[in-house]
Amino acid sequence: MNYSVIRFLMGWILNFEAGFMLLPALVAWYYEEHQGISFLISMGVCLALGIPLSRKKPKNHVFYTAEGYVTVSLSWVVLSIMGSLPFMISGCITSPIDAFFETVSGFTTTSATVLTDVEAFPKCMLFWRSFTNWIGGMGVLVFILCLLPLAGGSQMNLMKAESPGPSVSRLVPKVRSTAKILYGIYIALTGAELVALLLARMPFFDAVNLAVGTAGTGGFFIKQDSISSYTILQQGIITGFMILFGINFNLYFLMLTGRLRQAVANEEVRVYFILMILAAAVVTLNTRHLYDTVFYAIHRSAVSVVSMITSTGYFTTDYCQWPLLSQTILVLLMFCGACAGSTGGGMKISRLLLLFKTVKKEIILSLHPRAVETVKMEGKSVRPEVIRSLNVYFAAYGMIFVVSLLLITADGPDLVTNFSAVTAMMNNIGIGLGQVGPTGDFSMYNGFSKLVFCFDMLAGRLEIMPMLLLFSRKTWKKF
Amino acid sequence: MDIIIIGCGKVGRTLAQLLIKEKHNVVMVDSSRVRLNNLTEDIDAIQIVGNGASIQIQKEAGIDMADILIAVTGYDEVNLLCCLIAKRAGHCHTIARVRNPIYSNEIKFIKEQMGISMIINPELAAARVISQVLRFPSAMEIEAFAGGRVELLKFKLLPEFNLDGVSVMDIDNRLRANVLISGVERGDEVTIPDGKFILRNGDMVSILATPANSQRFFKTIGLKTHQVKNTIIVGGGTIALYLARLLVAMKIDVKLIEKDEKRCEYLNEHLQGVRIICGDGTDRNLLTEEGLDRTESLVTLTNVDEENVILSLYARENSRAKLVTKVNRIEFRELLSRLDIGSTIYPKYITADVILQYVRALQNSIGSNVERLYHILGNKAEALEFIVREHSAVTDKPLMELQLRKNLLIGCIIRGGEIRIPRGQDSIQVEDAVIVVTSQSGLDDIRDILK
Repeated sequence: MNYSVIRFLMGWILNFEAGFMLLPALVAWYYEEHQGISFLISMGVCLALGIPLSRKKPKNHVFYTAEGYVTVSLSWVVLSIMGSLPFMISGCITSPIDAFFETVSGFTTTSATVLTDVEAFPKCMLFWRSFTNWIGGMGVLVFILCLLPLAGGSQMNLMKAESPGPSVSRLVPKVRSTAKILYGIYIALTGAELVALLLARMPFFDAVNLAVGTAGTGGFFIKQDSISSYTILQQGIITGFMILFGINFNLYFLMLTGRLRQAVANEEVRVYFILMILAAAVVTLNTRHLYDTVFYAIHRSAVSVVSMITSTGYFTTDYCQWPLLSQTILVLLMFCGACAGSTGGGMKISRLLLLFKTVKKEIILSLHPRAVETVKMEGKSVRPEVIRSLNVYFAAYGMIFVVSLLLITADGPDLVTNFSAVTAMMNNIGIGLGQVGPTGDFSMYNGFSKLVFCFDMLAGRLEIMPMLLLFSRKTWKKF
Repeated sequence: MDIIIIGCGKVGRTLAQLLIKEKHNVVMVDSSRVRLNNLTEDIDAIQIVGNGASIQIQKEAGIDMADILIAVTGYDEVNLLCCLIAKRAGHCHTIARVRNPIYSNEIKFIKEQMGISMIINPELAAARVISQVLRFPSAMEIEAFAGGRVELLKFKLLPEFNLDGVSVMDIDNRLRANVLISGVERGDEVTIPDGKFILRNGDMVSILATPANSQRFFKTIGLKTHQVKNTIIVGGGTIALYLARLLVAMKIDVKLIEKDEKRCEYLNEHLQGVRIICGDGTDRNLLTEEGLDRTESLVTLTNVDEENVILSLYARENSRAKLVTKVNRIEFRELLSRLDIGSTIYPKYITADVILQYVRALQNSIGSNVERLYHILGNKAEALEFIVREHSAVTDKPLMELQLRKNLLIGCIIRGGEIRIPRGQDSIQVEDAVIVVTSQSGLDDIRDILK
């Protein structure tokens, strides 16, 4: 294990976080909120730790898969601990565990909240919450990759560990340029949404918060009723951008470079749209009788379906009042998740597709034991290592899910709430059913359960292996 | 620049590392996924599995945007095919590795007819480097131009040459050697001398000449070049074949020891003036018998790195010979550099280095008419190769009538494969290749040499 490069990157993570905190401090200054001082103090703490750590450059820049995983998971934990400081210092959230939960939930783009009344919160704190969504959406290490000159292809190991999906591909030969392109697209799309919302006459502060919240498919909202009180047009814009942020960013690059055909032919995206349309249709039919017009039913179902599949977690209606079929579909969509390489959470459609194809292959092999069959994605054979890590992913996912459910079972009110809470955590949705549904929040769980949830959120965002590695004793052994 | 490398063997890998270090964008193509997966962590490049000679794969690798395609797979024919297709599919420069000795005499034809920018023969390149080491064992700087036909040699002006206070023009008149003094380093200062420049003892003088002429020049001024008189080559591979030919041409006695009888016969057939000995080069008795203690140099070229290293260590103990050790594996360079085994030659590295030089030159010449660019004299001056394509102010006029820029020299004119060190009455003609030496950078066209 190359400790010095991990230390170096940790230092830079802290420095960058100090930089990020400058924005909410500016918000506080603009709205004349005294809580702004807590950001300045936190920045000081970050820099006091970060600068000494990052001062000495490591001799050996090379790091391997293990270092990549550990750096990423460790940095997300560090990032969340530091990010929770402003909440505590300002006294907005008193309990350290609550503050940590809220921050982890922000960075992992889960956006589950312990706050019972969001609207009473100072604006700078609200902005910081939403902004953590944005940072976490694309990944902070990918951001650092853009700006920090690190040697060579080992950066790929960082990107692999942080980017969602079964495998990461380079858009251009250099990892650093790839990271820059991805962030460029990310920033451009966020900007587009902001402009669209402003044109739809949304107040500036709301528009900024919702734009960064949607971009990370996070879903922190600044109104108690999420996005219900906005106009149909504004909700429509948000829904549209949720869909866009759930698409693999590589496709945008393909489109930008004129390879439209290749982009449209993407199997995962096709399934993504088919699933959304099918789910929305079924939910619309199922909830038709609850609404006055068909349009209204379509609108409500579409927003909920999109919000769930992209793991954003905005809502326009209390879907807990919907028939059981619709609720079930929404829960299943939570697991499904968006496309690989997007900012969305969940298991990712490509993983499910691969899983489905693996099962199909096994069936064929049972029928024709001597058949030669490989799992193919877009006409290309998928490497056995990818399938192997996929299987491990599902196994580990199942185990963590079950164990988490067991650990919080004594604490929660009922099975539906508990089950949907763990689902919402591991898939980074942020809202579930029952008491953690649109009308509820996570404040009723005790500290221990919240820590379990924090682990689930991080495991879900970083796709499990990095978190398992971080907590494995073997990782830290000298030999 | 955007560079596609086809073939991920040792050369491909080394090349990728060097190119990435120079901030080029690299795409690597190989038919074996295992080989691609074995790439070390510091190779920051797109990897594509597939046959590099397929248009589909080349398109995927971005041939339409690429500046250079380098084909270094294990097969000459595949490499050539890759370049041919790339030439049609895109508009990039192409470099192919072609190592079969059968093709080595046909390189010029292949290059011109197939429109390939550069063909590299790793064994020949390695043999050239070794021959240079043997020619000047006391290690002065040598740089080769125009495919090794012209060399830039650097030496220190010592009092015994009696050249202190002599002007460059007088040297030409006095010695009548067909060489060109193309650069003088005095302290930190680099001068491209004109005829009136006065040389001083202690100057580092660089001359441009053909290998044969430089020999004659050094003899006349009395510089002991210490060219070895004889050499023992252990191992009779392709490098040995090329090397023996080069050394014989330099009038060095060559003994070649090779284990395999068939190979010995083959070598005997293809080499003249070389004593070929069939036997195990690691046999101590054989080495003593063939005069290891008397030889002036020993070149170990067997296929086994360990054997070469041990042989050299043994020779270091038992003789005063100049040693050249060939090592295939590049991974342990630092370790080997600490061993006392003379000059270590890494053929893969040489290949990569030659290609790298070409890429560098290409990058420098983008948007200009410079055919090739070399950094010389410790990067303080440039040697530029132009091909004269049309009549202009510089052509068909005696050089002495041209108003040349300061610190600029016409170093060499290559006309129809023949090298001329130009004199005042020579003139540049259309279709000549001209090497210009200058300490001013930024020349884009042959016409820029005028004031």
